Formats: sequence, C-alpha cells, structure tokens
Amino acid sequence: MHSSKLIQVGRRLAQALPSVFGVIVISFILTRALPGDPAVYFAGDMADKESIEQVRQALGLDRSWIEQFLIYVSNLANGDWGVSLSTGRPVTEELLARLPASLELTLIGLTLAVAIAVPLGVLAATRPDSWVDHICRLLVTAGVSLPTFFTGLFLVYIFYYLLGWAPSPLGRLDILYLSPPQVTGLYTVDSLIAGDRETFVASLAQLILPATTLALFALAPIARMTRASMLGALSSDFIRTARANGLSGRVILSTYAFRNAALPVLTTLGMVFSFLLGANVLVEKVFSWPGIGSFAIEALVASDYAAVQGFVLAMALLFVCVNLTIDVILTITDPRVALDD
Amino acid sequence: MQRRKFLKTLGLASSASVIPFLKYLPASAAGRSDTLVVVSGSGINSLDLHRKGTNRPSYQVTVNIYDRLVRFGVKTLEDGSMAYDSTKIEPEVAESWTVSDGGKLLTFKINPKAKFWDGTQVTAQDVKWSFDRAVSLGGFPFVQMKAGSMTKPEQFIVVDDMTFQIKIPKPSKLTLPDLAVPIPFIINSKVAKKNATANDPWATEYLHKNPAGSGAYKLTRWDPGQQFVYTRNDDWALGPKPGVKRVIVREVPSSSTRRALTERGDADLYMNVPAKDSKEFKEGGKITVSGAPIDNCLHVLALNLNIKPFDNVKVRQAIAYALPYKDIISAAAFGRGKPMFGGKSVTPSDISWPQPFPYDTDLKKARALLTEAGFKDGFETTLSFNLGLADWQEPTCLLIQEALAKIGVKVKLDKIPGANWRTAALVKKRLAMHMENFGGWLNYPDYYFFWAYKHGHLFNSSNYKNPVVEKLVDETLHMAVEDPLYNSNVKKLIGIAFRDVPRIPLYQPYLDSAMQKNVTGYASWFHRQLDVRGISKS
Repeated sequence: MHSSKLIQVGRRLAQALPSVFGVIVISFILTRALPGDPAVYFAGDMADKESIEQVRQALGLDRSWIEQFLIYVSNLANGDWGVSLSTGRPVTEELLARLPASLELTLIGLTLAVAIAVPLGVLAATRPDSWVDHICRLLVTAGVSLPTFFTGLFLVYIFYYLLGWAPSPLGRLDILYLSPPQVTGLYTVDSLIAGDRETFVASLAQLILPATTLALFALAPIARMTRASMLGALSSDFIRTARANGLSGRVILSTYAFRNAALPVLTTLGMVFSFLLGANVLVEKVFSWPGIGSFAIEALVASDYAAVQGFVLAMALLFVCVNLTIDVILTITDPRVALDD
Repeated sequence: MQRRKFLKTLGLASSASVIPFLKYLPASAAGRSDTLVVVSGSGINSLDLHRKGTNRPSYQVTVNIYDRLVRFGVKTLEDGSMAYDSTKIEPEVAESWTVSDGGKLLTFKINPKAKFWDGTQVTAQDVKWSFDRAVSLGGFPFVQMKAGSMTKPEQFIVVDDMTFQIKIPKPSKLTLPDLAVPIPFIINSKVAKKNATANDPWATEYLHKNPAGSGAYKLTRWDPGQQFVYTRNDDWALGPKPGVKRVIVREVPSSSTRRALTERGDADLYMNVPAKDSKEFKEGGKITVSGAPIDNCLHVLALNLNIKPFDNVKVRQAIAYALPYKDIISAAAFGRGKPMFGGKSVTPSDISWPQPFPYDTDLKKARALLTEAGFKDGFETTLSFNLGLADWQEPTCLLIQEALAKIGVKVKLDKIPGANWRTAALVKKRLAMHMENFGGWLNYPDYYFFWAYKHGHLFNSSNYKNPVVEKLVDETLHMAVEDPLYNSNVKKLIGIAFRDVPRIPLYQPYLDSAMQKNVTGYASWFHRQLDVRGISKS
C-alpha cells in the first residue's frame, strides 16, 4: 500500500518534468522577447553607445539565443540559476531570502481566510437565504471586488494613521528590532525557536494588517466553493439516506456532507495558495514587505533575465509541489480519488 | 510614539559581530535623537558605484561612506533651503592642490589626517588605484571620468605617498569639478587588492558587498530589499563632525505609506517627495519641506527632427507657442517647477542656465506659424512618455494633448514602460514627440549642450544636428569661464536653442525632501541623493 503510493508520487513527479522543461524554454524566450534592452539599462545613466556594447559583451548578450539557452540550461543542471544583475547576488540566494517572507505572509493570510471562509460557507449552505447566507454573499462580493491595494491602504489609514493601533507598515519587523537568527526564515517561527517572545510579538504585529488584506481577498473563492459544494453534497442521495436512518445532524454534516464537499475546496485552496504567493505584489508594496512578488516585478522592469527566469522556475516548481501535496491529501480524505489517471 | 514603549536591542553590526546597543530604553530618551530614520522609495543594489548595473539610489552609499579628493561647498538659498554650490570646490582628501603646465597638470597634496577605517593612511597609491579602476571598468564610471578628460590610467601619477598628479591632454574647467562627483571615490586599495582575483583584478565582487573606505560614515548593515544602516566614523577628520550617529534607511515602495510614516512621525526624513505630496506637506505646516531647483536640469518636450513635420523649424516654434506652460506647472508639477517660458528677448541677455525661453502660450501665433509651414489644418502625431515617471509625465502629456488639439494637431499618447524607455528614446531615438528630463552633474551650460544638443549624443533624442552648435560646443566645453570668448559662445548656443527649439523646456524641476521639524542641515545635491554628513537632529 505504502510503496504503491510512493511509486504513484514518483510517477507524478516524473510527469511534471516535461512541464518544468517547458517553463524553462518559455520563460527564456519570453524574457528575451521583452522589449527592454538590459545592456542599455545596466550601462547606466550617462552611458554612450560604446559602453553599452561593452556591457552587452560582458553580459554575454551578444551571443545567439541558442548559445545563450544552452549555457543557461547547462548552468541550471549544475544548480547555478545565474546571478541577478540588478542585485549582483545569485538568484537562488535572492529567492531563498525572499521566499520565506512571502510564505509566512501567505500562510497566515490563507489560514485566516480558511478559518473564516469554511465555517461561513458551511453555515451558509445549511441555512440558504438566511442572514448568514447574506453575510457570506456580502463578504464574497467585497473580497472579489475590492482591489487588494485599496484594502491595504484603507487598513493602513484606519489602523495605523488614524488610530495608531497597528505598528508602522515597514515590512517584517519594526525599525528597532533585529531579525531573529535564521532557521526557517519565518520570523514568527524563528523568534519562537530562539525563545525571544518580544520579537515574536513584534513580527506577528507586523503581519496582522497585510495578512488581513490577503485574507479578505482569498476568502471569496474559498467561501463560495465551500458553500456550493456543501449545497451539492447536502442535496445528494446518501445524505437523504443518512437522515432517513436517523443519524444526528452533526454526524451528517461533518462526517458525510463535509468530507464529500472537501474535495473541490481543497483543490481551490491549492490554486489560491499558489496564486497568492506570487501575485500579492500590491500588498507587498503597500506594507513594504520584502517578498518574492516585488522582487519579480523589479527584475521585470530592469529586464534582469536571470532573476525573471529564476522566479518563473521557482514558481513552477512550487506549483508542482503544491498540486502534488493537494493530490496526496485528496487521496487520503477521499478513497474514490486515485493518484493515477 | 506612545505605542512603542520600549526600544528593542538595536544591534548594528555586519553579519559577523552583533553589538548590543540599547536594551529597554524608553522611547523619549536619547535613543532616537542620535538616530535618523530615512524612508526611500527604492533600495540600493550595490555598495560599489563602479560596478555595472548599480542603480541610482546606491549612489548615496558612495557619497556617504567614501571620500573624494575634493567636494562641493553648500550654500543657503533665498527661501532658507540649502543646496550644494557648484562654484565652490573645497578640500576633502586633498588638503591643497595646484595647477601647472598651462592647466594640464593638477597636483594634489594628500591630507595626513585622511585615514581609512582600518586606521591606515590614505596615500597617493590608493587614489591612483581607485582612479585607474574608474577608467578601466567601463560603463558609466568611464563616461563620467571622460567628461573630466580622464580616460587612461597613465594620466594618474603617484609622485610620493602624499602627492598625486593628474595629467590632462588640454586644460579643462571640467576636470576639477568632475573629481567632486560621486564616481572618483577613494578605495582602500590594500584591502581591495587582498580580495582581488586573477579574473577580477579590481575586486568588484568584494567591493560590491564590502565597503573599504575612509568616509564619515561606515555601512554597518545591509538587508537587501529592506534597509541599510550607516554608523558614524568618529575618527573622520576631513570636515565638521556629522550630527547623527546612526542613519537607518528603510525601503518603502509605496509613496502613500512613506507619506503616512512621515506624518505619523515614525520617519525623520523622506527623500525625493513627489510634487503633490510636497505641496500638501507645505500646506499642512507640520512637516518641513526643503528643496531646490535641480541645477542644469530641464523637463522638456522634445521633437524628433528625423520625423516629419518636426524637421520644419516653424512647426517646432508653433508647438512652443501652443503649450500650456502655466497649467503644466500648476497641475502637473504642483507648483514645484521654475518657469522656463515667457523670456523677454529672442537673444539671451546673459549666460545663466537654464533660463526662460522666449515663448509663451499664444495660440494665434502658433496657428500663424503652422499656416506658414503649410499645415493650416494641423497634422497627426504621437506623444510618448515614460511610464516609470508617469506621476508628472502623464498629466503633462494630457495637458499638451488638449492644448495642441486647439491648433489642429491631433496627438495620440504612447505609454512606454520604464525599462524600454532608454532604448526607445535615447539609444534608438525613434520617438516623434516625447518627454525628456536630462540634468547635467557638472553645472555648465556648455556641458548641457554637449549631451543634449550635439548630434548622436545620448540625450539628444531629437536627432538635432547643427554644424554651428557642434563647433561651438567643442570649442567651449573645456574653455575656462573667465575666457573672453566663453560668454559670447554660450550666448550664441542659447540663442540657437531659443530659435531652433528641438527641445521645448517646460520647467526646471525641484528636488524636494520632507523632514520633521527637529531635523536640520539637509541640503539638495546635484546627484539627487542624500548626503547625511551635514544633517543633525535635536
């Protein structure tokens, strides 16, 4: 049983290889197709034609695309993702420094969203058209229609600027704190490991507003999906049978209905998580969060090829991992789902 | 400040050693009065200005942690703001200098008080190594050194430990001021050489992350994408002792957040404030705004002479008469621009630069000129602007579009992403009508003309070509300002710019910074970066 599952996971990973290779090719071509010219950009403000050519040669951009691609792929095979031109540091180092910041924010935001959205969706489904259902609708509509930068700025304005309750929106830690010694890269976890309660509280305080902003945005699809799939499950035959057999409402709801409804919710969760991780650039900007999204945007603006490609590749790998994890969880929750197709 | 009851241990040290600084100090105490918190829109990406790809915000690191042979003085403007003085050159590492051989040999005596952070003497060998590096690594440093007639290592001569010479091919007024710009900074060559490799003889890898200088501040912490911290070098003896002990520069990308932090008092200084915020800070009265017009810089509407009908001087003049100058200054620059229109005479009366051009909004004249040029019913064209500078360029372009419609010129707006801008506008020079904002570091009109009016030069995005201008600029560029010909040559150049208008100036922009009332000593610099050495906090 266990070994067969392992083989299935391995097969899944093997299936991801062609798509990862495709991502490498496409991100390589797309970055080169960008209209910006990195040689011009990195030659600096006063550079003339001669110095631009010097920079082009130094960057290896005077070679043909095929040559550049082969160099890139062989470097990748050796674990070398290249050096970001604008920061002068290896792309892997850069991504590893920023990924935990994004992960921490996304995980907390998502947990918050799930904690609100799932019960809300379940309640709304059990009591259609009641006040709970209306609140659910309102939250979902607000979450979908309010742009995140607006929600973010609005929260900053109310809770930082007017009330002064929230700490200054200055990234992961307020100015006068030192980051905890790195273990996981997640400040909340690292400060607990170091036993530094004060830094833990400070880093948590910094997280509240941006995580709320993210949660407001993320809870809409989760709540909607929960409500819809619960409605579907509750109206199915096996629930009717369970009711007819006199099972208690709680058992029906949690054991039979929710377990069956969890499938699409989990799938949605995987999608929302991957999306939030790379796409919350606006939240990062408003809260000065040193995340992976703003790094990607800066790299894109500067036509920093290695950094853009590294970001796309990292996200692709992450997508593969998240989807695989979700798939494995699905087979555990629902025996009808098998890993092989 | 009430909510922050305690200050946390503030260890300001590089990765190696963490020095505990304060533990549980009430916020009201001295904890912050010697610490300056600066918020800035974009972060630094290198500690080495000679490296390829070092971004503009990183220039400030070089300014604060390294010394140069000489520096510019500071002057107080009419409104009480302070700004650098391009006419005053003061000693820094060089305690004195002489010019000989008919202006072709500059000899610098090095100040015995100039010491690197490791306590060793700054010597002529260090200066030579640093200058050799600036001309050898190519790219921007090379171009900037070339502006001062310095292109080859052979020009830099070590006479003895404390005497350094620069030989230039012909006398030039630009060499000395070019030594005060950020590029020719002096590196501790012993430390750098120790970390150089065969592939990297100039230690670019090392100096990118590890500063090795003699400046008034040391860089003690750098978290890329978040913040960096300067700590005062208490042994620095090349000028008045800097007022603040520690400067924390935080990267805050959103301008709304920067503004909120400043208004709440959590940031002491906000560098490079957008014109709209600076106007509202001024009106609010709680925050000091200090700013000066940027020397030798103009926001212009450039017309591409390679694209019809802008090859016709009458069309260019017609457009210069049709622009809504006053509206642009009030609505796009929020009043933070010095007018460059409404000049009295078509021939300049003096050589001040920039100075108002002899055009003003006059639609009648504009229509008459267009009719004369054969475009009675106007024409269609595109107006391009840089999305990276959309905060002022977009409203400006909208106003221009509206105004030109009145004389029958139909303008289509073309937004170009910041990364593509330089290629399109400056390198390929393919944009018909576009915005341009060149500013010269060396404050001489002929230097501006060299970059923006000579054919093929980077900032001449109009493809303007005039043999008289070519000859005049070449003649004047290195000429001393005392030369009897200088005045008349510059006047001629400005007169031609008035008449031919390949670039129509809209206004001279301001560089504004906002700070708390207890911050003093801030000055605007030509490099548009923060020089913390003069700042104090009470």
